[in-house]
Amino acid sequence: MTRQMTGAKMVVQALKDQGVDTVFGYPGGAVLPIYDEIFQQNDIKHVLVRHEQAALHAAEGYARSTGKVGVALVTSGPGATNAVTGLTDALLDSIPLVVFSGQVPTFMIGTDGFQEADTVGITRPCTKHNWLVKDTDTLSGTIHQAFHVATSGRPGPVLIDLPKDVQFAEGNYTAPAKINVSHYQPRVKASIEEINGIVDLLEKAERPVFYTGGGVINSGTGASQLLRELVDATGFPITSTLMGLGAYPASGKSWLGMLGMHGLYEANMAMHDCDLMINIGARFDDRITGRIQDFSPHSTKIHIDIDPSSINKVIRVDLPVIGDVGHVLEDVLKVWKSRGRKTADTSAWWKQIDEWREVRCLTYKNSDTIIKPQYALQRLQELTKGMDRYITTEVGQHQMWAAQFLGFEDPNRWMTSGGLGTMGYGFPASIGVQMAHPDSLVVNVAGEASWLMNMQEMGTAMQYRLPVKQFILNNERLGMVRQWQQLLHGERYSSSWSEALPDFVKLAEAFGAKGIQCSDPKDLDDAIMEMIEYDGPVIFDCLVEKHENCFPMIPSGKAHNEMLLGDASTEGAIKSDGAVLV
Amino acid sequence: MSALRIEKGSSSHSAYDLRDYHSEVIEKHTLAVLVDNEAGVLARVIGLFSGRGYNIESLTVAEVNHDSHLSRITVVTTGTRDVIEQIKAQVGRIVPVHEVHDLTVEGPSIERELALFKVQGTGNNRIEALRLAEIFRANVVDSTLESFVFEMTGPSEKIDAFADLMRPLGLVETARTGVAALARGGKG
Repeated sequence: MTRQMTGAKMVVQALKDQGVDTVFGYPGGAVLPIYDEIFQQNDIKHVLVRHEQAALHAAEGYARSTGKVGVALVTSGPGATNAVTGLTDALLDSIPLVVFSGQVPTFMIGTDGFQEADTVGITRPCTKHNWLVKDTDTLSGTIHQAFHVATSGRPGPVLIDLPKDVQFAEGNYTAPAKINVSHYQPRVKASIEEINGIVDLLEKAERPVFYTGGGVINSGTGASQLLRELVDATGFPITSTLMGLGAYPASGKSWLGMLGMHGLYEANMAMHDCDLMINIGARFDDRITGRIQDFSPHSTKIHIDIDPSSINKVIRVDLPVIGDVGHVLEDVLKVWKSRGRKTADTSAWWKQIDEWREVRCLTYKNSDTIIKPQYALQRLQELTKGMDRYITTEVGQHQMWAAQFLGFEDPNRWMTSGGLGTMGYGFPASIGVQMAHPDSLVVNVAGEASWLMNMQEMGTAMQYRLPVKQFILNNERLGMVRQWQQLLHGERYSSSWSEALPDFVKLAEAFGAKGIQCSDPKDLDDAIMEMIEYDGPVIFDCLVEKHENCFPMIPSGKAHNEMLLGDASTEGAIKSDGAVLV
Repeated sequence: MSALRIEKGSSSHSAYDLRDYHSEVIEKHTLAVLVDNEAGVLARVIGLFSGRGYNIESLTVAEVNHDSHLSRITVVTTGTRDVIEQIKAQVGRIVPVHEVHDLTVEGPSIERELALFKVQGTGNNRIEALRLAEIFRANVVDSTLESFVFEMTGPSEKIDAFADLMRPLGLVETARTGVAALARGGKG
């Protein structure tokens, strides 16, 4: 059924038909018709952020914590350029977003009009796909196709650029079911030969390890369930990337912890020494592999990924399997069970892993007088672990410590900027998460430097009464930068301290929120409980040890088995060939 | 999938065919890419090549099926086998891309390019240029008392050879279309 309506009305109608309930955005001249339509309805809630970048990160947090599409609405020109960081962030972490940007009217495009930018040109490399809609009759079809593209195959952000005259003009609206979405239909099921190939290898492996990533989370909660079933049935050890935390529970007996540059000793050693690596929805990121030439030299490698371009991009694998993680795991389980649930004896492998675990790589020197950042996170974990809890983070040392010390029992509970490493992600993301889960505890584990990058969002949190907890590990340093300068640049701490920091308690109070400062380990538990129990946004200024380094660490250009542990000397740890790496 | 019989502890076998994966030999491949003929699609393909540091030796594009709005992009690119595989996968996941064919490995193919050469000269050089043009089956499409414009169609190597011969005879300007290519045989 087609109906006549304006382009602006179509946007709202299409969002309703796509099941969208929340839009994060910021108005401006080129999207006024859409804001006018939003004003005249109640089905879709619009969240007014304080900066377009935050709209994108909030939409990411919403998407990541619900498994649904995140939607953002920005105006032309600066609105669109401010969205670029969020788009790139979502592209690298495969987060489904649909972003609408206003544009000058079609007859003004190319004239350098007020607030004109070549938005589709600028965002082409940082979206999965984008569209400039020039005809209102094609608008509804484009929006429905945008949702299809954002969610099909490897998810990602898409953008629709909407000239103002297209928003005003009338056209035919078509409902989603009537739209021939496109030829874009990525393969989700693997062939039976591939499934048999996986099972062959599972049956024979003596030193196997599951290496899982964000693809498991993106594949849906069913995929996480299947993963748990397969891991528990085979008894194989499992490690995960930063993006994949929660797919397998941190309390599970096969859990090795996160792997990679700041991953756990046992996880990285298992990756290095395994004879079978089963990569499920991860992409051999450089934070994971360390030195490529020495990456897991003796293993047969299976790589299950929905994106063919992820295969053999970084690491050559022996058995590439293109397909959706959930579908592939389901088939693997079925075939493995029907063939008699066979595995080789892995007891020697587990004995070795237990020896590595004995290293206790997360050990740190605690203090009675200063709060160690690791201790702060251990206490946060201890005091919140049974709760209905969502964690977001900013980027840096605190992010790695959070990944190491917080345990995730379920998928979609952990929102962090992995691929792009966007400082300023966590606060707006926590807003997006809290919008989707109004009654849950949402904590943004932050560093003070990252947090300041989007601190304007205190206004958003207050306006919508979102009780997001900003747990700031304040070391008055750009901690990770400082750590690298110590390791690599002769302890010349160039621009890596946070001078002229605000009084975070007063800052909270200025917005009408609650501020808590804590500097004594003895007061920490009470302060954390006070934060949790307060019904409203809290800025928790946790003054921590200023010079703590994040370990374990695989220095740039080194292999997994050349990890540095907490008590290691860091002098000269990074050689000149590793120094060029980031 | 016969290569799936993988010995434990060995990465030297692959589920793909037996190729020298780590070969550093640079190969030249001709890719035919069928895309929706929509605004910006060429920019997407070209942007991918520049953004990821791949080479473009030549590139042609034109609509080939008006009814279904399909265009055909022919790209000649160079790289190691690994890079070529990666290029195909990356191009293949661009949303408006329907098909990617590597004509260099998918069987015999035919490649043609059109070129125009402006050759200036008088006397013997002019006569020699015309004689060579006849040998190469190039057509004269413009002429003055002191110049010719030759038109020639053929594989890139033939066009290169003709250009080399014209250079000492007064070649002043060249225009080439880049390669258009099709697989041989009756299958579409």
